[in-house]
Amino acid sequence: METIVAEVENLKKGFGSNKVLNGLTIKVKEGENLVVLGRSGSGKSVLIKCLVGLIEPDEGNIVLLGESITDLEIDALNLLRKKIGFLFQSAALYDSMTVRENLEFPLRGNKELKREEIDSLVEEALKNVGLSEAIDKMPSELSGGMRKRVGLARTLILKPKIIFYDEPTTGLDPITSEEISLLILDIQKKYNTSSIIITHDMECARITANRMIIIKDGISIAEGKFEELEKSKDEWVRSFFKSKNEN
Amino acid sequence: MTSDSKTIDNKVSTETNTDSENSYKKSLVGFFEDITLLTKFSLRFFKEVFKPPYEFNELVRQSYLIGYKSFPLVAITGFIMGLVLTIQSRPTLAEFGAESWLPAMVAVSIIREIGPVITALIFAGKVGSGIGAELASMKVTEQIDAMEVSGINPFKFLVITRVLSSTLMLPLLVIVADTIAMYGAYIGVNLKGDVTFQLFFSQVFEKLDFSDVFPAMIKTFFFGFSIAMISCYKGYNSNKGTEGVGESANSAVVIGSLSIFILDMIAVQITSLFL
Repeated sequence: METIVAEVENLKKGFGSNKVLNGLTIKVKEGENLVVLGRSGSGKSVLIKCLVGLIEPDEGNIVLLGESITDLEIDALNLLRKKIGFLFQSAALYDSMTVRENLEFPLRGNKELKREEIDSLVEEALKNVGLSEAIDKMPSELSGGMRKRVGLARTLILKPKIIFYDEPTTGLDPITSEEISLLILDIQKKYNTSSIIITHDMECARITANRMIIIKDGISIAEGKFEELEKSKDEWVRSFFKSKNEN
Repeated sequence: MTSDSKTIDNKVSTETNTDSENSYKKSLVGFFEDITLLTKFSLRFFKEVFKPPYEFNELVRQSYLIGYKSFPLVAITGFIMGLVLTIQSRPTLAEFGAESWLPAMVAVSIIREIGPVITALIFAGKVGSGIGAELASMKVTEQIDAMEVSGINPFKFLVITRVLSSTLMLPLLVIVADTIAMYGAYIGVNLKGDVTFQLFFSQVFEKLDFSDVFPAMIKTFFFGFSIAMISCYKGYNSNKGTEGVGESANSAVVIGSLSIFILDMIAVQITSLFL
């Protein structure tokens, strides 16, 4: 029987009169990459922020690794967050810290780890994203692609069971985008992580997706594998793939 | 003027009045909303400050940045403050033949009022704007969210450390500023006179007592706390992109400076009740 690691049920969220999510339901299986596709403003980023408790939903339930995050106290939520990774669209590196300090940051408070263990975790995470040489650089010295990689390394340092990617290839050139997409796939295989990948980059979706859902008006209107959705009878769904083929 | 154009003018003037009334109401509501949120923010500080884990290393780092790095600016300000106050006060005292009172008068003015207030204003400009801009920039670039999702409490790491450092460092900076201001005053006295170092300071300490120093020191803790709290609140809750960064830095300085005068007024009232 397949284990469900993330489950969203009837999720609703609005900002004033603007209803962004209107009863969205999704499930992510263990070891699966789920790509969430939708037009800008369709609520993809709101969904991912609700999943980690950055935005409180108006209605609905979110269960991550068997725990309902809407019922958790802040301390319990922080413990759960240690098992979850999040790659921000902008990478969100702490710009007053070096790459090494950025990677060490999520480990603070873990008194059991010795200095050598922290160093080896940092080195391993950077090696996994192919950026060992950037360890003492400041974020301002890194390119967009490198920042994304360091962001990913910072996410990996806690060895999360689920990773949420918020538009991981936005703002990158096609070659770097492909590298990041392949890296996501590589991490899935290496760490057996489950992922929710928010994107509107069809190439990234093609490379990384085990399954996809398409959001429109705050609900899921289509679900399936990349190849299945590409041949969908729904004109609106196919329009996503059309733009990709034209490119 | 025709009656039609009069009607239009009246209509326009009524609309303008309604608009200004609405914007007045809006800013009044905004002001009270801000006060409520700032109070909640401060209460959260007291709720979380005693709860482990304690960010001791960050507290030390912030104390270095906030305290030590402000030292040169505060020292220069203090020196000029003492020198200028002495030079400006001399003619008036000379008119009454009370030049010998100059050291004592300058010392009481600096220790009781001018030292703490001017240093706090300089501190609000340097440290308050820095905290406001830094936290606002972290907010708009999702760095605060990144801390939160990695299971670290950003309020503890960013707000508590800065507020504590500021509360502890400002009194020390005021002591430094007051001391250097007294040296400035000594030079000021000797520009047109001949007073020995020993005589100058013996006159100063003769007239200064506990009731001058203690309340002045106590209020600087409150100044430091309010400057950092307001700056952190403005930065932490910034939400208008890059425009919000500038706005947060600006309002951190403006409201922080205003809070110094309000707290000073309260402190003077309380002191006059007891001393």
